[in-house]
Amino acid sequence: MPSIISINGLSKTYASGFQALKTINLDIKRGEIFALLGPNGAGKTTLIGIICGIVNASTGTVQVDGHDIIDDYRAARSLIGLVPQELTTDAFETVWDTVSFSRGLFGKPKNPAYIEKILKELSLWDKKDNKILTLSGGMKRRVLIAKALSHEPQVLFLDEPTAGVDVELRKDMWQVVRNLRDAGVTIILTTHYIEEAEDMADRIGVISKGEIILVENKVELMRKLGKKQLTLHLQKPLDAVPAELAAHKLELADNGNELVFTYDTSAERTGVTALLSDLARLEIRFRDLQTTQSSLEDIFIGLVHNSAGAAA
Amino acid sequence: MNQAINTHAIIAIYKFEMARTLRTVWQSIVSPVISTSLYFVVFGAAIGSRITEIEGIPYGAFIVPGLIMLMLLTQSTMNASFGIYFPRFTGTIYELLSAPVSSFEIACGFVGAAATKSIILGLIILATSWLFVPMQIAHPFWMLGFLVLTAITFSLFGFIIGIWADGFEQLQIIPLLIITPLTFLGGTFYSTHVLPPFWQTVTLFNPVVYLISGFRWAFFEVSDVSPWVSLAMTLLFMVMCVVTIWWIFKSGYRLKK
Repeated sequence: MPSIISINGLSKTYASGFQALKTINLDIKRGEIFALLGPNGAGKTTLIGIICGIVNASTGTVQVDGHDIIDDYRAARSLIGLVPQELTTDAFETVWDTVSFSRGLFGKPKNPAYIEKILKELSLWDKKDNKILTLSGGMKRRVLIAKALSHEPQVLFLDEPTAGVDVELRKDMWQVVRNLRDAGVTIILTTHYIEEAEDMADRIGVISKGEIILVENKVELMRKLGKKQLTLHLQKPLDAVPAELAAHKLELADNGNELVFTYDTSAERTGVTALLSDLARLEIRFRDLQTTQSSLEDIFIGLVHNSAGAAA
Repeated sequence: MNQAINTHAIIAIYKFEMARTLRTVWQSIVSPVISTSLYFVVFGAAIGSRITEIEGIPYGAFIVPGLIMLMLLTQSTMNASFGIYFPRFTGTIYELLSAPVSSFEIACGFVGAAATKSIILGLIILATSWLFVPMQIAHPFWMLGFLVLTAITFSLFGFIIGIWADGFEQLQIIPLLIITPLTFLGGTFYSTHVLPPFWQTVTLFNPVVYLISGFRWAFFEVSDVSPWVSLAMTLLFMVMCVVTIWWIFKSGYRLKK
């Protein structure tokens, strides 16, 4: 699949000397939903800022649909819509005016029918004549999305779009995002709600301390890193894992009342059958068993921890 | 979209700024008109009864061009500086920076709107003065020319201040501490010819002298310096502002991190 955004050797060191981005190389595929995950201060917003023209890069280049973001900024930027993390809106303008303003700013002729469509999709239509300062936080967030969509962008950046947004609104918002993806818009989002990324994204990138430490297809990532755990609740506690079971790499938990077996669901042989038959042979009985699968969140925490450990 | 000028963006910014002016019509139009009328009453009537005329012009009429300039300079600067400072303050500047607009287009929108407002204000004050004294305009085109050029130049200047300022105090400091004193000392209420020779020379370092002198010449054909010198100085200051703005956007000064 051809990439719509291609980032090469991008780095950013702020005037204070803080290096927000080390060397970033990343390609975003046309039409995908790409989730950029990373802890606070990892460089997500800086990266988005550079692509959108708000932050100057120190080195490296970014191309949007083949247009360099510096030399050919008009073409590059007119393809991009940005929903910033902060709720930065005007106060005294009406919803209709501010969205129409954005369309004009991005060089598009008036199209009231299109603005009406966006406002209706985002449930803002009945607020169109309200001043923005009278709206709730969630509504302001919608206004920012409407502004970003006003010029029919090919690429949409959503920087923490659901921060401080209630569940109902969040659902609506993701529906809008899905509709956009279906219409062929490429979406790059950052979020703290990892379950959202797990739910929405086609690909996941993890950024930590200014470096992209992983980019992977979500399904692939879940499969590769997704570990399953089998927990056996024993009838009688054990002091130690019996030597005969060493090959299974078991762990004791809950004061010896539980045996935990970690296995890879994608492997040809998971080892569950062998373990169970070994346990039967050693006459270790259990009351109950349960399996758990690691979520993207566990994977994420594991990754960031590892990279932090490696850096230290 | 091609490389041509993004006229939609210029219009969008211009309309946005004009809408802001209309929302604050009391502050932006009515209050300057009232304060100018007060100057007019106090200086024109009170002092005018002692000084009947300067260089053959009735004192009341003589101060009109100076008063219009005073308002034009302070209002252009304040309006344009506030226009660009406010998005920086609230953070909505992100949208301008991420839009496919050039520095030229952004400046056109903000400066154009600020200058339009100042020109309207100047014409209102001129019309108001007719209520107090009979006025004559010897060179209407020069008068309009100076009015428009000065409004644009000082809106450009205000735009620079709005980008430079890091707080509301800095935003107010330049108009209050520099422009107003320079205007008062630049011959708003007197001809610089009444000063002792030494102070006449010092006055020539005050750029506002050239603006007021040229503007007054357009009314009464009386000036402290040649109108061509006034015009050249105005254009020079304008070019300096344009170059500064070009550099600001080129370097991202105070706008981009």
